[in-house]
Amino acid sequence: MLDESAELSVSITQIVQRLKGTHLHSQLEKQAKECLHKPEIKLETLKDDVRRLLKASGMTCLPPPRHPRAPPEHTKEPLAYMRKAQVNWEKRILKSLNSMCTELGIPLARKRPVPEQNELTNKWNEMGTDEPGNIETQSPCFHSDMLKVLVGLKNPNNERSEDLTVRSHWGLIQVSLNVRDIPQTREMYPELGLTYGQLGIDDHTHVPPVVSEHDSAAAQQYSRQGCPTGLRAQLWSLILNTTDDPEAITHYEQLKARVIHHDLLVDNLIYKDVKLTASNDDYYFVFEDYLYQVLLCFSRDTAVLEHFNYNCATPPKSCIQSKSGSEQCAVVYPPNGVIPFHGFSMYVAPLCFLYNEPSKLYSVFREMYIRYFFRLHSVSSHPSGIVSLCLQFERLLQTHLPQLFYHLREIGAQPLRIAFKWIVRAFSGYLSTDQLLLLWDRILGYDSLEIVAVLAAAVFAFRAENLMEVTSLASAEAVLADLSTLKVMPLLQIFLFATSV
Amino acid sequence: MSKNKQTAGHKGAYSSQRKKEGEGRSCIRYRCGLTNTIQDVLNQRPGWVEVKDDGEWDFNWCDVGWLRENFDHSYMEEHVRISHFRNHYELTRKNLMVKNLKRYRKTLEREAGRLEAARCDFFPCTFVLPSEYHIFVEEFKRSPGSTWIMKPVARSQGKGIFLFRKLKDIIDWRKDGSRSEEQKDEAQVESYVAQRYIENPYLIAGRKFDLRVYVLVTSYIPLKAWLYRDGFARFSNTRFSLSSIDDQYVHLTNVAVQKTAPDYDPEKGCKWQMQQLRQYLTAKHGFETVQTLFKEIDNIFIRSLISVQKTIINDKHCFELYGYDILLDQDLKPWLIEVNASPSLTASSQEDYELKYRLLEDTLHIVDMEGRLTGKEKRVGGFDLMWNDGPVYTDVGLEALGSSCLVENTLLDLEKCSIASLAHQWILCSEWVPSE
Repeated sequence: MLDESAELSVSITQIVQRLKGTHLHSQLEKQAKECLHKPEIKLETLKDDVRRLLKASGMTCLPPPRHPRAPPEHTKEPLAYMRKAQVNWEKRILKSLNSMCTELGIPLARKRPVPEQNELTNKWNEMGTDEPGNIETQSPCFHSDMLKVLVGLKNPNNERSEDLTVRSHWGLIQVSLNVRDIPQTREMYPELGLTYGQLGIDDHTHVPPVVSEHDSAAAQQYSRQGCPTGLRAQLWSLILNTTDDPEAITHYEQLKARVIHHDLLVDNLIYKDVKLTASNDDYYFVFEDYLYQVLLCFSRDTAVLEHFNYNCATPPKSCIQSKSGSEQCAVVYPPNGVIPFHGFSMYVAPLCFLYNEPSKLYSVFREMYIRYFFRLHSVSSHPSGIVSLCLQFERLLQTHLPQLFYHLREIGAQPLRIAFKWIVRAFSGYLSTDQLLLLWDRILGYDSLEIVAVLAAAVFAFRAENLMEVTSLASAEAVLADLSTLKVMPLLQIFLFATSV
Repeated sequence: MSKNKQTAGHKGAYSSQRKKEGEGRSCIRYRCGLTNTIQDVLNQRPGWVEVKDDGEWDFNWCDVGWLRENFDHSYMEEHVRISHFRNHYELTRKNLMVKNLKRYRKTLEREAGRLEAARCDFFPCTFVLPSEYHIFVEEFKRSPGSTWIMKPVARSQGKGIFLFRKLKDIIDWRKDGSRSEEQKDEAQVESYVAQRYIENPYLIAGRKFDLRVYVLVTSYIPLKAWLYRDGFARFSNTRFSLSSIDDQYVHLTNVAVQKTAPDYDPEKGCKWQMQQLRQYLTAKHGFETVQTLFKEIDNIFIRSLISVQKTIINDKHCFELYGYDILLDQDLKPWLIEVNASPSLTASSQEDYELKYRLLEDTLHIVDMEGRLTGKEKRVGGFDLMWNDGPVYTDVGLEALGSSCLVENTLLDLEKCSIASLAHQWILCSEWVPSE
């Protein structure tokens, strides 16, 4: 019983946190205050009375339905085989991190000597000019490893026949999860319909009232049709509830201080990632310094650990020995529980277009990560999780472009093999920045990553003619290599609303 | 090379009358003095054939050296086109440009008042040396501590440029060497300009950048100028700081200079396309500020061209593709740094190649040797007609959807799309329109 109330209060705290500043919150408060004036209220049973009256007035807040004895992992991820797969995946990552540690002989964490601290402080704004000590560290080929894990997922309760029939699933993901098809997606995304205007780059000079009223929920609704370029930064900040207050700035400065004082092994992963991905990108290379500033701080931010309350992943732990060697205790490593991987910096890079104050950029990125991006690299059954997104992509393709899917399968070019990298990065680095931001507007607007899977299918639909003519995986890759000229919204609209079902 | 034989447009086989209905020449002979992207563009143009050496040509993409030696001795038929104006250096040599702009400004102040003349204040305070040395010194002393930049008049790619803060630095330089007052051959004697250095450039992520924009002029009298939509921003590879004025890598953003910087990574490419820059600035400063900025940039092009309109020898055979270098300061004011008559056509990357290819292809569309244009077009390829003996107004709306002009819209990548989104796309492309 104790567990349940503790769990409940965590959920409630989270909900309250997210509700703060929204219209709903003020409505609730208003209702609650009104309840207080009712004669039935007694001080002793205040909480229950208010709750009862709120319920009667039509406002309810129910905890998610679950068995009272279910441990937290089961709430986060109900499917046992998924949990197992995630655990194995984590083991692999940790193993590779440990072997890197042994190979290079660098400790997981080390306190910087004072001269080094001073140097780093001076170079804080231009870390990009440094040649990092060791970029020879091997980083696992993240995407292909992860894809292997996903492909290997099997539900032990299902019997799979090897026959390829119309009714079987042709794609790589062999588990059955409930994913939306086009009619259901249409219902979820009505504002993308053909008769709704979508905001592109034609900005309005008239500032929508959502901004001045600091209305987060309304901002979210607004961004479903796209944000004007000049207002996007503010709108996203509103939606994500990141503020400019001194607390956020102080927090960032504290993180910066931690970076200065300690060097972490994972920093090498960050350096390598930035140098190989963002710095080589035609548009993001300019923001190299910002990326270091954000990612190094991110690794040290223990506040990120909170997201493990709803993330089925477990933060990796490491043993630290006391100086005498007699005691060992396990600490989360890296401090934020997230081991960066190749391509991780691409989650940050597009945000540099919108924010250039480091603490603001940091807050927005962190919020985006703990709401959305973490789902792209952990194995779970959540509708916005990578498994569901891949499955949704394959199902959409198989249902609406069966000829294309079959053809690609036959030539050894499973569509997911090409689309996977787009989905994992939420298209960052593949679309041109303005288009990417329009896509991410919808991720925020609908609070879901499903749009990424839909777009992946829409891209295949768009280039279907060319793809039908290719005869190898390499040529299929070539047809889909360059997405920089695509316009996201027309593609999505046509795919969702102009495809016959 | 014998100079007498430079005749072009042999009368026998081809009619020199250009028919308006699009029936142009069947075969166009071209000569090309450069071995880069333009070579490919000309080579791949249907119906165009290269002639070498002394052969007769209808079209000549020449370098300025050739022009200087041969232009005066060439007889050109009416249809023949050549890629430079005889005395383009009035606009492109730094000392002459400054002289022309100053004179134009004075005229404008006299005729239209201070306010109008102030619209010419887009070039930093500049003096030609050695002729204006003494007035330069006066100005220099009036603003102690400011930084100045010394540029040779006729060099390119950042050669010979240096920064200074003390007169002492240049007094030594002046005493040294063979600077002669006689200007027998402009190419030989190095005149310099001393220009107030813009100490507060607009920085993106701590880096300085400048803008390269292409302007095509097909005639000076009347003035007809086209603006290419796809310019780009060139970034300096290192973070900007005034403390190291000797580090030319920090201050000069030419790709040529950046290529030799120690941490230059050729994989990296240090350019942003204009759309990208515009996006970024709009996200930072709002739509209207950026709209104003681009209008002011248009203003620079037009006024700089008007200032040399009467000096340049107009010739219907000539057209010229200029590369304008513009710098933004922290207040988002654009400054004209220089105009290039021979902007680099060598590509630094695949994307750059494609940009330059399209640029040159569209240039040739406008020059229109094939006689396909009606003459009423306001958009050809990536070019927008910016000035046609007067400002050009855009026709926004559905007209373009139904028009049959040569609008190859490179922003579109949709095979099947609704009319609504097509119109939407069109409006996207019309974002950077000539000022009204």
